[in-house]
Amino acid sequence: MESSQRIGRRFAHCRFQKRPALVAYLTAGDPSPGLTPELALALERGGADVLELGVPFSDPIADGPVIQRASDRALHAGATVARVLEIASRIRERSEMPILLFSYMNPLLRYGFDRLGEEAARRGIDGVLLTDLSVEEAEEPVRQLRAHGLDTVFLAAPTSTERRLKLVAEYSSGFVYVVSRTGVTGEQDSVQAGVGPLVERIRSLTDLPVAVGFGVSRAEHVQAIGAYADGAVVGSALMRVVEEHGAAPDLPARLEAFTRALTTPSGGPDR
Amino acid sequence: MSTQPQYPDAQGHFGPYGGRYVPETLMAPLEDLEQAYRDARRDPDFQRELDDLLHNYAGRPTPLYEARRLSEELGGARLFFKREDLLHTGAHKINNCLGQALLARRMGKRRVIAETGAGQHGVATATVCALFGMDCTVYMGEEDMRRQRLNVFRMRLLGTKVVGVANGSRTLKDAISEAMRDWVTNVHDTHYLLGSALGAHPYPMMVRDFHRCMGDEARAQMLERTGRLPDAVFACVGGGSNAIGIFTAFVPEPGVALVGVEAGGRGHALGEHAARFEGGSPGVLHGAYSYLLQDGEGQVSLTHSVSAGLDYALIGPEHAWLHDEKRAEYVSITDREALEAAKTLARTEGLIPALESAHGVAEALRRAPEAKGQIFLINLSGRGDKDTDIYRENLPELDNPDGK
Repeated sequence: MESSQRIGRRFAHCRFQKRPALVAYLTAGDPSPGLTPELALALERGGADVLELGVPFSDPIADGPVIQRASDRALHAGATVARVLEIASRIRERSEMPILLFSYMNPLLRYGFDRLGEEAARRGIDGVLLTDLSVEEAEEPVRQLRAHGLDTVFLAAPTSTERRLKLVAEYSSGFVYVVSRTGVTGEQDSVQAGVGPLVERIRSLTDLPVAVGFGVSRAEHVQAIGAYADGAVVGSALMRVVEEHGAAPDLPARLEAFTRALTTPSGGPDR
Repeated sequence: MSTQPQYPDAQGHFGPYGGRYVPETLMAPLEDLEQAYRDARRDPDFQRELDDLLHNYAGRPTPLYEARRLSEELGGARLFFKREDLLHTGAHKINNCLGQALLARRMGKRRVIAETGAGQHGVATATVCALFGMDCTVYMGEEDMRRQRLNVFRMRLLGTKVVGVANGSRTLKDAISEAMRDWVTNVHDTHYLLGSALGAHPYPMMVRDFHRCMGDEARAQMLERTGRLPDAVFACVGGGSNAIGIFTAFVPEPGVALVGVEAGGRGHALGEHAARFEGGSPGVLHGAYSYLLQDGEGQVSLTHSVSAGLDYALIGPEHAWLHDEKRAEYVSITDREALEAAKTLARTEGLIPALESAHGVAEALRRAPEAKGQIFLINLSGRGDKDTDIYRENLPELDNPDGK
């Protein structure tokens, strides 16, 4: 089955506009499954190009405290794989923003990759990224997800060897996600200088767009990444807004404003 | 006699189990670790230094003790205990810690991190770090810190920083998650000294290899003492390091039954035990694919055991393979049965086992009366000093024997 191409087309569109794509992460189900579609649309209104929809897992080893807490709240609020798929349908009814599921191996393995691929594609999901799925173990999941036209995004890291980068490029479709530094997700004051050369190394191996994430939280980071990469991923900074204002009736408006500030070159958000 | 096991394969798989399920950042470091380990194993100087430390520092070989009084009382099998409880730091854990610390030094890593449940692995890691002058941080669930206060203090006395983990069930699972987060952040100068036969390849293989001395010694001792191999080998299984360590020498011997004993906790409901083969199904946690206690949504279940060292949701991947291949059998023993077995062993033989080890003892005691003429080998993987508080809590009749 052919890929939906939504991810690739959106990156091409941003490239044409000479700006980095903003990939925005949202833990599905935090503060409640009912509210997630509203929050996703708020991200889009604020300027997000691609939605990373987090399927919460009980033991998120690649995540820092902010997303760990968001995952706990989402699980408490009843976010399951099936609920997340429903949430994606609600978003797709109202938006053409590309949707990438972002999770860990076990919840999706339990759901079954073949069943997941079929249902995700039917509901308008465009791709899947699993942080703890190494390319060495990925053959079967990738085959099953691609069979339903889903993109499979893999991580490239500062520690990756040349041999590994080649494999990551080979197994990825849609885009390649470059981890900016060794560590877990979470806001940082600056984006590490070594990431530019890493992006260049990947570019020599693939024509896929390259997005940079982990520690990206401010407009100046997004702008700096735009100088060498096709997109920037923001996660913890957005989930902190959800955490701090989860009960506020104007949470969607706050999230929208925060996102807009991320894509506004001068000034930037006030945090 | 020490035939090299055929598993895992080059990708770290034991049949379908094991493998490497970690973020990309850790993949190249795991490849480096595997290479360094394979090089070290071929290096006679490495083996010589390790053997010297195991002998002169840790106290290997450990004795094989025949428990005549207990055997007589049960009236069945002859029971032999492999006395890992006599090793320095009080449990088998030091075997693996010495091996991995030598490896870390060889790799030029100055900082070591570890997780601990019961605190035995934490103490053993703190000990070898003191010995080698390495900076050491141990992650421990806050619930386990409460249960194992004595070991927390021992680690601090040895110069280690103990970091309490307040996430999730605040036990071993959460300590491993936090250690992995530290490792992914500081991987350039840090070695993760994982303490069980768990995690991503090469850990299950490497930890097994550093512990197989238990089974190799026991096999030779048994032949010397009785002229034959045991009929059955018993060991408790949390992640499964002491079990795989004593099983490995006997895996090629079809006449030797291998019995792994999981924590049956206080009930059969999910969350009340840590019996992965009874209540679990294959899944991925902390880098490996194996039997996992999880709910229908693939979320990892909470576990319970009176013994912190068995209180973990995933079993080591080689055990999953031995189980599916029907080479080993896995059963569970409840909190109460383990406590009773500890009491029996203390009173008949003067041996107070670690609560973990008491699970293996309990299954052997259960089977012994019906096994006349057989020989049982039980891994007494640790001593019970660390568990004195828990024994007191759970055996109040001994704390106040006159009922005053």
